Amino acid sequence: MKNIGLYIHVPFCVRKCRYCDFYSVTDLSLTDLYTAAVIRNIKAYGYGFDTVYFGGGTPSLLTPKQIGAILSAAEIAPDAEISMECNPNSVSENYLREVRLAGVNRLSFGVQSFDDNELKMLGRLHDSVQAVAAIETAKKVGFDNISADLMLAVSGQTFESLRRSLSTVAKLPLTHISAYMLKVEEGTPLAADEDLLAKIPDEDDTADMYLEAVKKLGNAGFEQYEISNFARDGFECRHNLKYWRCEEYLGVGPAAHGFIDGARFACPKDLNKFISSEIQETVTLDEGGSAEEKAMLALRLVKEGLPLDEYPDAEKRGEILIKSGLLKKENGTLRLTPEGCLVSNQIICRLIG
Amino acid sequence: MSYNQENIRNFCIIAHIDHGKSTLADRILELTSTVAKRDMEDQLLDNMDIERERGITIKARAVRLNYKAKDGNDYVFNLIDTPGHVDFNYEVSRSLVACEGAILIVDASQGIEAQTLANTYLAIENDLEVMPVVNKIDLPSADPDRVCNEVENIIGIPAMDAPRISAKMGTNIDEVLERVVTDIPCPKGDNDKPLKALIFDCFYDSYKGVIIYVRVLDGEVKIGQKIKLMATGAEFTVVETGYMGATDHVNAGVLHSGEVGYITASIKYIGDTKVGDTVTDAENPCDEALPGYREVNPMVFSGIYPADGARYGDLRDALDKLQLNDASLSFEPETSVALGFGFRCGFLGLLHMEIIQERLEREFNLDLITTAPSVIFKVNLTNGETVYIDNPTNYPDTAVIASAEEPMVKASILSPSDYVGNIMELCQGRRGIFKDMKYLDETRVELHYELPLNEIVYDFFDALKSRTKGYASFDYEMLGYMPSKLVKLDIMLNGDIVDALSFIVHADNAYARARRIAEKLKDNIPRQLFEVPIQAAIGGKVIARETVKAMRKDVLAKCYGGDITRKKKLLEKQKEGKKRMRQLGTVEVPQEAFMAVLKLDE
Repeated sequence: MKNIGLYIHVPFCVRKCRYCDFYSVTDLSLTDLYTAAVIRNIKAYGYGFDTVYFGGGTPSLLTPKQIGAILSAAEIAPDAEISMECNPNSVSENYLREVRLAGVNRLSFGVQSFDDNELKMLGRLHDSVQAVAAIETAKKVGFDNISADLMLAVSGQTFESLRRSLSTVAKLPLTHISAYMLKVEEGTPLAADEDLLAKIPDEDDTADMYLEAVKKLGNAGFEQYEISNFARDGFECRHNLKYWRCEEYLGVGPAAHGFIDGARFACPKDLNKFISSEIQETVTLDEGGSAEEKAMLALRLVKEGLPLDEYPDAEKRGEILIKSGLLKKENGTLRLTPEGCLVSNQIICRLIG
Repeated sequence: MSYNQENIRNFCIIAHIDHGKSTLADRILELTSTVAKRDMEDQLLDNMDIERERGITIKARAVRLNYKAKDGNDYVFNLIDTPGHVDFNYEVSRSLVACEGAILIVDASQGIEAQTLANTYLAIENDLEVMPVVNKIDLPSADPDRVCNEVENIIGIPAMDAPRISAKMGTNIDEVLERVVTDIPCPKGDNDKPLKALIFDCFYDSYKGVIIYVRVLDGEVKIGQKIKLMATGAEFTVVETGYMGATDHVNAGVLHSGEVGYITASIKYIGDTKVGDTVTDAENPCDEALPGYREVNPMVFSGIYPADGARYGDLRDALDKLQLNDASLSFEPETSVALGFGFRCGFLGLLHMEIIQERLEREFNLDLITTAPSVIFKVNLTNGETVYIDNPTNYPDTAVIASAEEPMVKASILSPSDYVGNIMELCQGRRGIFKDMKYLDETRVELHYELPLNEIVYDFFDALKSRTKGYASFDYEMLGYMPSKLVKLDIMLNGDIVDALSFIVHADNAYARARRIAEKLKDNIPRQLFEVPIQAAIGGKVIARETVKAMRKDVLAKCYGGDITRKKKLLEKQKEGKKRMRQLGTVEVPQEAFMAVLKLDE
């Protein structure tokens, strides 16, 4: 049996952040029923897994016991990467120790920023002191693969506050950084807050902040391997790599997505339905793995790039992009430069389609 | 009712936009019970959506009403609803000729406006009895005495006893009807003479062919009669003739002298039936045609292109259909490097152009790109030849031009006196030649300017409105050609000329115009992967330059929980956006950029 990835969407949050439009509910009384449903589904699908990813929502709202129950129900390869997203404010030393014993071997902290002003504007529940403490505690209890999410170009961010966050990153026992640009999603409180919107850095500053982050993270030993992801050598997120490489993964839980046997599917954003169904309902989205989709995903992997033998047209189309420093040609592939990453949609459209 | 010429009243209504012409017409229709209440909808005579929305009349229309007057007699009223806009001046004049009288509606608070004045003079020139009516007396700002004074002073007709009405509230409408009977003369035609009828409108019906609206001056027209249209010489046999009820045509079989009605005669092409032409009996023709007929020629030209090149055929079909009812619309195929296949269209004027564009978009669901409107320039070449240019792209090379001329108009502007300074500044900026100014009363002035038509085809009316808080009204008539220092301005994107953006401008205005266009384009061309230089040049010499900076970032979606659909959506959106762009060399230009350069006034 081949091993695939497993994504578990944990749709619980204490409170929703201002910028977030992912699916979550605040009724935490349903976590037991939810856990039971996840276990039913994992058993029913019957796959083996070499990566597991608890995403959310806030997975750290599940108890170590619940995490453990889910992991022991799954057929998991011995060297599997088992990641879990955590909110810096919802984890104690004890909690981290126990989830580690339950099998989790990689933590991803939703830090977003080490600047309290920015955290407040984002509507996060933690402050920078808690974030630093959570990461140090994780290291202390034995985690040696720890990631932190950072957000770029958020309301109130300046080059100075960004640099401060980045230098804090460099001092902490982190192995991986995801650095995302804030995207204002329709319908979120942020989208309706003129004041906060006005404090978002403009296009040029945003671009420069991104480039600054790429540079500073590189200097600190976090090499960029994907548009938004940076890792110390050997610590690339194996689960997320599956997404970019068009490899298979099962999604379990409301709002989870999966890609199996060439088909992409989604689970409805409905916790009650998920809990009450024997097996989760899925909606097939479309055929995955088209040349265009593959190219879109491959280009994101800046160390792997778009293989020119599979996309022979791309070289000619990309000529002018190479000249202007948005792309580079290496080892028979086209790869985005950091400047190119910033305009990747435009570039993908020009290279294919 | 039996035919009796003395009991016929043919009249039209003259009014400025929004002064209540259509509302009064509606009230008259109601009061004469011509339309059952249940069929009544506002502005019944204005059939087109655009007319109802804008409160204007584009096509002339007529309706027959029966009225029992207080003298005990039954009267037949023919109300001819005329377009009020200068673009349709000729049509207006022909409709007026079909009447003996005109109701002049004046807004009780706003008074006389430029268009009203122009049309009233036209009515007086055509010997119509002008009967003033003061409308909107229900408004708090109404000042009927002042307005009546104004009518007497400016137009010189008695107005103190004019009916004071509120068409909206239905106040004093019966007084208007009585005055139509007493003040407007009856027709004085000779029913025994050979047929002589005036065509004042026509439209195409897919079942009956062209339906012509006529006013019979002398003689009679009957079913089966052979008729001849004197200007075109075309002959037809009458299939149907009768009068216009409010909602349908009534085939009465005959029309007598003095009457207003319609004729169908299996006429296939609207080009055969020209407004102003005379209908006579083919076997027993009248001595001479009615005076005043002329061909109407387009004055303003613009390129119309489908935003989606694949809809070129649809655009052609739509233009064909509009032309069925509008012989004054001309078009021929045109190709632009920038915009692909489209049509060079000719219009009577600006409103006509706007209406056609709007109807194409609305009634035919087309997405259009239009180029800057152009007038017809007269260019005298060094070899002695003279050419007429309606498309800037075809403007000859400066080396072969001996001299150039451009069409001028005589413009009349009515405005509260507070804005005279602003108006003069605007007209001077548009190369206007001041002729005279007169005070209509203490607060209102009439200014006369001679202006190049080319300067008013862009956005003159908008500019005038914004400089006078919307109070000024404007009217113009053609004056003929005048020598002018013209140059062709080319716009280059990334070094390549965009033909659809070229235009002709007076040399003195070229620099300012070039700068504005470059700025507008800069604002309307989105940042792209590469820097885009925008240049405006005359004969290769760059006189203005702007740069669209290179794009730094596009939207990056977080790929969360393996959900790559967001990314795909972004990519789809990107592609969709690309579709709305015109690829000009390496530069992508959105449709809006082509439109934005049409509105340079801020």
